[in-house]
Amino acid sequence: MLKTFIVGILLGVAAAAGLLYAYPAVDQHREASIVSVAANGGNIESFHVNVPMDRILVGAPDLKQPLPAAMEWPADKMLRDIRVELFKIRNARDAVVGVAARTAAKDGSVDVIDWVLHLPARGSIFVSMRPEGLDGGFRIGELTAGSREFGLLNGSMTERWVPDTSGEEDAPQGRIELLTTFVGGEELL
Amino acid sequence: MKYLISLLLGLVVGAAIFAAGMIYNPFLLDRGLSPLSVTESEVISLNFSSVPSDAIVYTNDGDSRLKPFPEKVQQLWEPSIRLTSAMATVMRDARSQTAGIGIKFSSRSERTRLLRGEAIVDSVWYVYVPDHGSLFIEQFENYWTFLREVGIPAYRSSANNWKGTWIGDLTAGPGALGTAAVSGGAGSFQGLKMEGLESLTATAYSIDDGLVAAEGRLLIEMPDGVEDFEDESSSE
Repeated sequence: MLKTFIVGILLGVAAAAGLLYAYPAVDQHREASIVSVAANGGNIESFHVNVPMDRILVGAPDLKQPLPAAMEWPADKMLRDIRVELFKIRNARDAVVGVAARTAAKDGSVDVIDWVLHLPARGSIFVSMRPEGLDGGFRIGELTAGSREFGLLNGSMTERWVPDTSGEEDAPQGRIELLTTFVGGEELL
Repeated sequence: MKYLISLLLGLVVGAAIFAAGMIYNPFLLDRGLSPLSVTESEVISLNFSSVPSDAIVYTNDGDSRLKPFPEKVQQLWEPSIRLTSAMATVMRDARSQTAGIGIKFSSRSERTRLLRGEAIVDSVWYVYVPDHGSLFIEQFENYWTFLREVGIPAYRSSANNWKGTWIGDLTAGPGALGTAAVSGGAGSFQGLKMEGLESLTATAYSIDDGLVAAEGRLLIEMPDGVEDFEDESSSE
């Protein structure tokens, strides 16, 4: 019986180790990427934010309707020229695929607009936008840095506000469209 | 029958021995001294509270130990983001003065390998420092040491909490020396490539509420020749 017990111990150690090895501790849900090829090379991917339902945070000094409702923006004058928004972001199939932050600030006489897109299963994107708007209501920015899947890429992203014209009762007010165009870093060398 | 019971008891004891071996494995020790604590370059220190209720906003899937704050903040319940948390918080300099705003996105990582003592979280920070510019910090964090030295003792406590002082580095990469990759965005940080490190000082932890008293710190090593941050920085 003692031998059986010892065999059981060994089996228990092996089973626990095998289970821990084989069973993934973390299994991120993945939505299939919807990527198209740009005419001049590179991949185009589109994301959007439905406003107001995808808003998590709208923070700025003296906001009449901050979001979430009980949120208290710090009163420090150091932060008087900063507006921070957090969103859920969706892919072209309208499925939520990540979260994003848009920060707008005034740095002296210069406007700063930065986006960070975080796609849990893929990586993150940091885009510094040019403050001036382009024809068609676009604003464009460069991919300043990326992590994991986006770590070795170069490219740009545009943002555009598209008001809803469907007239449907439960339709969003509009959407912020984000269009990324990325190419492999080595291709630019 | 008695052999079957003996085998089952052995299996349970074996699994328990394995669990204890993992938790107390002396080969899975902390990495020790951070490379940024011995650097001769100037280091910016940005501090923040790691307690969700001290943040401007903190949200996750709503079912986790850390509760979203404020209560009515939208939760990240969709399948793609339910292992993710988002936080916006005030960043303070070494003199506890407001230095800027920090936003952190964290997601549990599929690279987690508990057998190797790796409880990995992929995270990015965006930090905006007025009059200086913006920073993007990319890192993966290893919470294994924290879980072993704070989380498990809290579970074993009859009061389901832990009190003490735990100081440790969370950043484990992607830098070769276990540092985070920091990129400058706007302002005087523009174009800079730096290294960083996130550390945590925890003094109280509860099984029900998570961190009760804890301070986080971001250290960012400035490239040589950048001298604009004397007022806000502290040399480590």
